[in-house]
Amino acid sequence: MLKRFGAFMLTAGAIAFAGGTADAQTPKRGGNLTFAISAETPHYDCHGSETYATLHFSAPFYSTLLQFDLAKFPQVKGDLAQSWTVAPDLMTYTFKLHPGVKFHDGTALTSADVKATYDRMRNPPQGVVSPRKATFADIDSIETPDATTVIFKMKAVNAAMLEHFASPWNCIYSAKDLASDPNFPRTKINGTGPFTFVEHVKGSHVSGKRNENYFKKGLPYLDGFKGVFTLQAAAMLNAVQGGQVLAEFRGISPAERDRLVAAMGDKIRIEEQSWTLNLLVAFNTQKKPFDDVRVRKALLMAIDRWGGSKGLSRISTLREVGGVLRPGSPLATPPAELEKLPGYARDMAKARTEARKLLAEAGVPNLKFVLWNRNLAMPYTPAGIFLVDQWRQIGVEVEHKQSDTAPYLAALNAGNYEVAIDFSNLFMDDSTLALAKYLSYDRSPQNLSRANDRELDKLYDDHVRERDPKKRVALIRAFEKRVFEQAYQQPILWWHRIVPTHKVVMGWKMSPSHNLGADLAEVWLQQ
Amino acid sequence: MTIALETPTVIRKPRGPVIEFCRQQPLGAVSFVIICVMMFAGVFSGLVAPYDPLAIDFAAILSPPSWEHWCGTDAYGRDICSRLIYGSRTALVIGFTSSFIGSSLGAILGIASAYFGGRIDNVIQRIMDILLAFPLIVLALVVVAALRKFVLGGVDVNLIFAIAIPIVPRVARVVRAAALGVRVMPYVDAARAAGYSDSRIIFRHMAPNVVAPYLIMLTAFIAQAILAEASLSFLGLGVTEPTAAWGLMLSGNAADFYREAPWMILFPGAMISLAVFAFNLFGDSLRDFLDPRFKV
Amino acid sequence: MLRYVISRLLYTIPTLLGVAVLVFFMLRVVPGDVVEVKLRGDGGTVTQEMVDNERKRLGLDKPLMVQFGEWMVGVVTLNFGNSMWTERPVMEEIRLRLELSLQVAIMATIIAVFIAIPLGTMAALFRDTWIDYATRIITIGGLSIPSFWFGMLIMLSLLAFFNWLPPITFTPIYVDPVANLTQLIWPALAVGYRYCAVVARMIRSSLLEVLNEDYIRTARAKGVYEKLVISRHALRNALLPAITVIGLEFTFLIGGLVVTEQVFNLNGIGQLFVQSVSRNDFTMIQGMVMLIAAFYVFVNLAVDLLYAVFDPRIRYT
Repeated sequence: MLKRFGAFMLTAGAIAFAGGTADAQTPKRGGNLTFAISAETPHYDCHGSETYATLHFSAPFYSTLLQFDLAKFPQVKGDLAQSWTVAPDLMTYTFKLHPGVKFHDGTALTSADVKATYDRMRNPPQGVVSPRKATFADIDSIETPDATTVIFKMKAVNAAMLEHFASPWNCIYSAKDLASDPNFPRTKINGTGPFTFVEHVKGSHVSGKRNENYFKKGLPYLDGFKGVFTLQAAAMLNAVQGGQVLAEFRGISPAERDRLVAAMGDKIRIEEQSWTLNLLVAFNTQKKPFDDVRVRKALLMAIDRWGGSKGLSRISTLREVGGVLRPGSPLATPPAELEKLPGYARDMAKARTEARKLLAEAGVPNLKFVLWNRNLAMPYTPAGIFLVDQWRQIGVEVEHKQSDTAPYLAALNAGNYEVAIDFSNLFMDDSTLALAKYLSYDRSPQNLSRANDRELDKLYDDHVRERDPKKRVALIRAFEKRVFEQAYQQPILWWHRIVPTHKVVMGWKMSPSHNLGADLAEVWLQQ
Repeated sequence: MTIALETPTVIRKPRGPVIEFCRQQPLGAVSFVIICVMMFAGVFSGLVAPYDPLAIDFAAILSPPSWEHWCGTDAYGRDICSRLIYGSRTALVIGFTSSFIGSSLGAILGIASAYFGGRIDNVIQRIMDILLAFPLIVLALVVVAALRKFVLGGVDVNLIFAIAIPIVPRVARVVRAAALGVRVMPYVDAARAAGYSDSRIIFRHMAPNVVAPYLIMLTAFIAQAILAEASLSFLGLGVTEPTAAWGLMLSGNAADFYREAPWMILFPGAMISLAVFAFNLFGDSLRDFLDPRFKV
Repeated sequence: MLRYVISRLLYTIPTLLGVAVLVFFMLRVVPGDVVEVKLRGDGGTVTQEMVDNERKRLGLDKPLMVQFGEWMVGVVTLNFGNSMWTERPVMEEIRLRLELSLQVAIMATIIAVFIAIPLGTMAALFRDTWIDYATRIITIGGLSIPSFWFGMLIMLSLLAFFNWLPPITFTPIYVDPVANLTQLIWPALAVGYRYCAVVARMIRSSLLEVLNEDYIRTARAKGVYEKLVISRHALRNALLPAITVIGLEFTFLIGGLVVTEQVFNLNGIGQLFVQSVSRNDFTMIQGMVMLIAAFYVFVNLAVDLLYAVFDPRIRYT
């Protein structure tokens, strides 16, 4: 009896020991990952899209030249490119591609495909949409001396060019497909990515299975994936909680996180980081009295960002107080300096008195206007409600007009607005992208303040070409100071990303942008 | 089947329509009281509501019902009770206006159709048939898509039109049937022969006959209109934040907090149900009271 | 009879034509279309050039009457054009979702009818008793409780008390009946409640009317068993108007589905319709409206004909 017991204990102990020391970090092959995608993309073309919905859908099927190394963000690593060199003058980028890469239809990838892809983005043929055309305007030529080498020659220095090559939107397509139909990628999928396309049931889900000929040996670990479209936040949460989906890779609000944690305990893993997204408030300088800098400045000063962040961060994704760059990113202005700029003061009583004074000086002490906003619950609604409340406290009456995307965009395009809440969606911290929003209106149609400010433009252009990092930072600070002193537009708050994944989902890496990490190549399931 | 002897040997004198109504239709009287309370709350929201429905209070978010906040607070710390009270204003304004506009227009078209007959009747009927080919909310959605947001004096005019338009053909159909019932009566022909003007005939003979169905439909469609407004706001296509409206209070993040703050979902939904219930019951009782055929 | 059928069929054509004209022009009254929603939806950089190009590609820059003409030509051949959002054929998008919505509608009908008939009958037979009052409360509740709120309560109750949720993607019933039914029973209940209420009330009032008729009195006087009186004489005649209501309310289910599918995250035509409205996807809205209208018109026609089949008096008028 005792012998048996002893034997049992020994075996039990051995199993426990083995289980305990079994390296939980060794990726296991197999399994299907089902996750939620909160929006359904209207088409499959990464180039023509600016929404994460397309990336969460298509990224597993495609590769890019370079990728962000999420473990060491914002460093880049090679994807299709096995190695690369950058000339010291930053005017030439040479990439050596992996040999033996095949598209899903069996054809081999060559440098011609990379060239065709980038040509499509910088010179879109008739009928092709390419919002990133301006980003690649600095490319002078693309040469392909042999099948595995691509050389990009630049017209001018762009300090962030390498990160642009790592942009998740620059999916590499087949030159043959593009030649047959420039809009081939909108409706058909043929890539070099870790998964091959299985099916897309409209309104329901997209699924893919492992690409057995993937050029990165051993990857992907998953047998396949299924992205379920959950268009309602409530449905998505219910699905995560109920285990029908194992993750949602965009981001949820703090309240949603609390609910999942309370309901699921240690079955759910929550990862948090500041997000490269923000909401801005912009004043249309073409409409009186917003052409008066005093009015604009007063309205900005009345917003209690530090205080508001506490409350808003409990119920929405708005949290981080920051300037033109994501707070916490390498080049961002530290809080101590930020407090000196209008809108970031800690002493709100003083700021509000000053604001009232400015309004009176400008002749509009009882200002009334309409605030245009989108009618999305998270976090546009809380932002709008917050602003209305803040401006009430300096005697300004605001009508909060929340509307559907279409009329909202129509009004913005036509200039029929006084004040609007705008949205900035970046996939990386690069200042060339972040600051572009604040450029003069004739250069940047996305500038809702519609102001033309040549000083800002000059600061921007200088900083793009500036190679000395210290001088670059100084230029960015000067830029930011001018934007806020002129009070054209200003971030209300930056967002906070919270991603829930079931504990069994391993290998997925968190990053400040929901557009990254969507390819799922290194994700595996702990069964 | 016995023949019910309704009254005892003492015969009571009928005491005016309202009191008669309360006596014969007790449920109807109850619903009428509920409606009056709601109307009072809607008109005098400023006096009745304890808090400002738009006042954010981050310190008190998601608090359960208590002495300070009888119905609890929502995710912004706004008092739910106050929002329900102001919400009744939104619901009743939109409900009454759209039903009134729709029913009245429908009644006019129905009477015109019945009285003039012939080509006018045909044309009107065709148009009504086209409008009737949609369920109420589908037509409302199309109108909302067409008109977009159009606010006048704090009231969503496009929403009112969107709900009123589907009501018109439904009322027109019933009113036309009722008016036709009169038209075939010999005294209408006699009146015509005597040379009475059209409008006089319509008003003195047809109109009284259609008043009963008109009133019944009016109340019935107030109920439908309130439901439609709630549905549209829930879909995000009706009233928008931060206006207090019952359907709106159910959309957004209310469902997210179902565990920590179930009152966010329970109270607004209950209010919608209560309002629609009251109007439906009232309409039912009104019909039972006014329509002799149903006094079985 | 045949002439009646044909004339009714012919009558549907101008009605549907009117619907087409109405919906097409109504949508284009106010400026704003799908292009900007599509390109700028997630906050990106869009130049006027891109917007114009996209508009040209979708054919939105052509004069209004030309667009209308092209669309109408397509409609006649049942080709409703391509969705402006996904650029796939409208019919294809609809067909994918129709199966789900139709199944929910049929399930709701079955539930409703099987509960409403006994309920309405009992309420009529036991008039003015507690049974009647209880039924009245239940049915008016069904008319008053918003189906989307009812749906929300169902979903959240499942989650709170059973920690279980229905399957999230649709599997057809012949593939996996368990998954299919466990997903769709809940929305069927949510929209079916109202349906049941309407039918029950109709049966109650119609049965009450019938019970007062002379032939019932005669049957009773003859000494026929009460049960037979009810089932053979009363119910059969009372059900006739009820059929009309059942048919009509079936089409109104679409209205209920529009809101309820949101709550249950169902990939049906209700959700498709709401999405199309918020995206300004005109061709999609037009196509769906035409189909709904056609459906309604034909169901109406079918109900009328059915009525004529069962009630000989109508046939000969």
